Amino acid sequence: MSVTDLTADRGATRGPADRPSGGRRRRLSRRVSPVVWLLLLIPFVVEAAWVFWPAFNSFQLSFTKWNGVGAAQPVGLRNYTDMLSDPIFATALRNNVFWVVGFGGLSVVAGLGLALALNKPRRGVGIYRSAIYLPMVFSLAVTGLFWRVMYQPDGPVNIMLAAIGINTGEHQWLADPNTALGAILVAAIWRQAGYIMVLYLAGLKGCDPALEEAAAVDGANAWQRFRYIVMPQLRNVNTVIFAVTVIDSLRTFDIVWAMTRGGPYNTTQLLSTYMYQVGFTLVNLGYGSALAVVIFLLAIAFIITYLARATRED
Amino acid sequence: MAVAVVVPTARRRRHGKGWVFHLVMSAITLLWVTPLVFVAIVALRSFDDISFHGLGSLPHSFTLDAFGTAWNEGNIAGALGNSLIVTAAVVILVLFLASLAAFALSRYPIPYGRAILLVMLAGNLLPPQILLIPVSQICEMLGIYDTLFALIVVQVGFGLGFFTFVLYGFMRSLPVEMFEAAKIDGAGDLRIYATIVMPLCRPALAALAALESTWVFNDLLWALTVLRTDTKFPITAALLNLQGGYTSQWNVVAAGSLIVAIPTAIVFFAFQKHFVSGLLVGVSK
Repeated sequence: MSVTDLTADRGATRGPADRPSGGRRRRLSRRVSPVVWLLLLIPFVVEAAWVFWPAFNSFQLSFTKWNGVGAAQPVGLRNYTDMLSDPIFATALRNNVFWVVGFGGLSVVAGLGLALALNKPRRGVGIYRSAIYLPMVFSLAVTGLFWRVMYQPDGPVNIMLAAIGINTGEHQWLADPNTALGAILVAAIWRQAGYIMVLYLAGLKGCDPALEEAAAVDGANAWQRFRYIVMPQLRNVNTVIFAVTVIDSLRTFDIVWAMTRGGPYNTTQLLSTYMYQVGFTLVNLGYGSALAVVIFLLAIAFIITYLARATRED
Repeated sequence: MAVAVVVPTARRRRHGKGWVFHLVMSAITLLWVTPLVFVAIVALRSFDDISFHGLGSLPHSFTLDAFGTAWNEGNIAGALGNSLIVTAAVVILVLFLASLAAFALSRYPIPYGRAILLVMLAGNLLPPQILLIPVSQICEMLGIYDTLFALIVVQVGFGLGFFTFVLYGFMRSLPVEMFEAAKIDGAGDLRIYATIVMPLCRPALAALAALESTWVFNDLLWALTVLRTDTKFPITAALLNLQGGYTSQWNVVAAGSLIVAIPTAIVFFAFQKHFVSGLLVGVSK
């Protein structure tokens, strides 16, 4: 979904060089006409009403007990202390850690590997690239359903594994608490790897090929060239991808919802799906808001990392 | 220069190992498209064939019935209409409003303009979970809960920050001289926006429109948050309903998912260049 959003990076914000000097700016600032203010104000108010105000409300609600009718009862920090003894919350948190590491790690490794392989123009590269980033355009819900079909006991996953000598019988990948989350992870990476590949391909395009060739002349092997010449030049892309992936992992909802809805027995529950269930299925709005606040607090460090990069003058 | 000499030899060497590269990449590509091909095959089989021969067997039938069932009884047709309305409205509104804010911030010395821009971007980075409960409450309060209008408004609000940020960067890069010339000619602020900035922003707007249309079309979470009635569902939510209603009829589920996947695939292939450049906004300068 939309954390693709995060790919906007520096470059969008130019340094002070093209800004008028202090004195001139002060004089000009008096000349910002009411029309221009209005142009800024209209979008800002829309965002404030539908983003900032609701976000603020979630914080308030998280200190209450409320089922949506009547008045909300203030309960102080009760929702947060309840979390500590909530086994489903513990599972969701653990799963989320697994998800951040697995989803982030594997899709970056796959995406970077594919980008390196498909970086140089040669015959067929366009077809390979298109095939690999095609899944990115499918929604996570569609991806989830595709893979639900794949994972059926008599479906192709079991058949293909049997063909290469791993006999899984009629394994129920999504119904088995031990394999369900891993099975969802595979589906998510299938969709994400192409996206990461596109970002790295762009990063590699920005690398200076002369440096690598020079290192090759000096006798550096492929791994050394990658580690000491290419990787340092990809630092910016790495930071963006790191922040994007972590924030994306914390938001993950659709694919789990489409494949298991957090089941079997809450074993694939992520914080986002658990929050949705508490808030909208159980209509426990106070506790649901508290869970949302926890997601926010986990994400905030990475949001700031990202914003810091966005503002950095270079 | 030495480099110029090195390049051809390096290239010749790569050619030698060409078949290994193609072997490995073909295998990966094949693996990558397997789910898509398999789902397409399932969608074209009949229910009897699947229940008799099993899901993973080779097809023994060929029929478009599953597509018909999903389209008519599964209400995919109606949902597609809802999705198209919502997507068109959100894309137009969000790009229009974002371009206004970006224009004001990038071309006028608004006090604390940079801070305002960052606050707007930060709003888009928030995990949507922190907005869900209050947003559904606000929609109920305003009496727009369970309407497509609510879905449009909330997606516009949430998307604004990102598109303002990207368009700001783009407008910042336009040559200053054009603005000064227009100002000297006596053009007003709105005139500069409409006749100079917007036409120049067309490529950026095209890329962002391709991107945002797939995001909105693919959204599930906001639809689940502000809609209740089945007939108002956009396509992703309707698809999950279909899956619930036809639990063991995998051909119908497969056909439904394919129908839902087709529009975004078309956008992708038609606007591939735009789409990719939209994703890359900013990553490489």
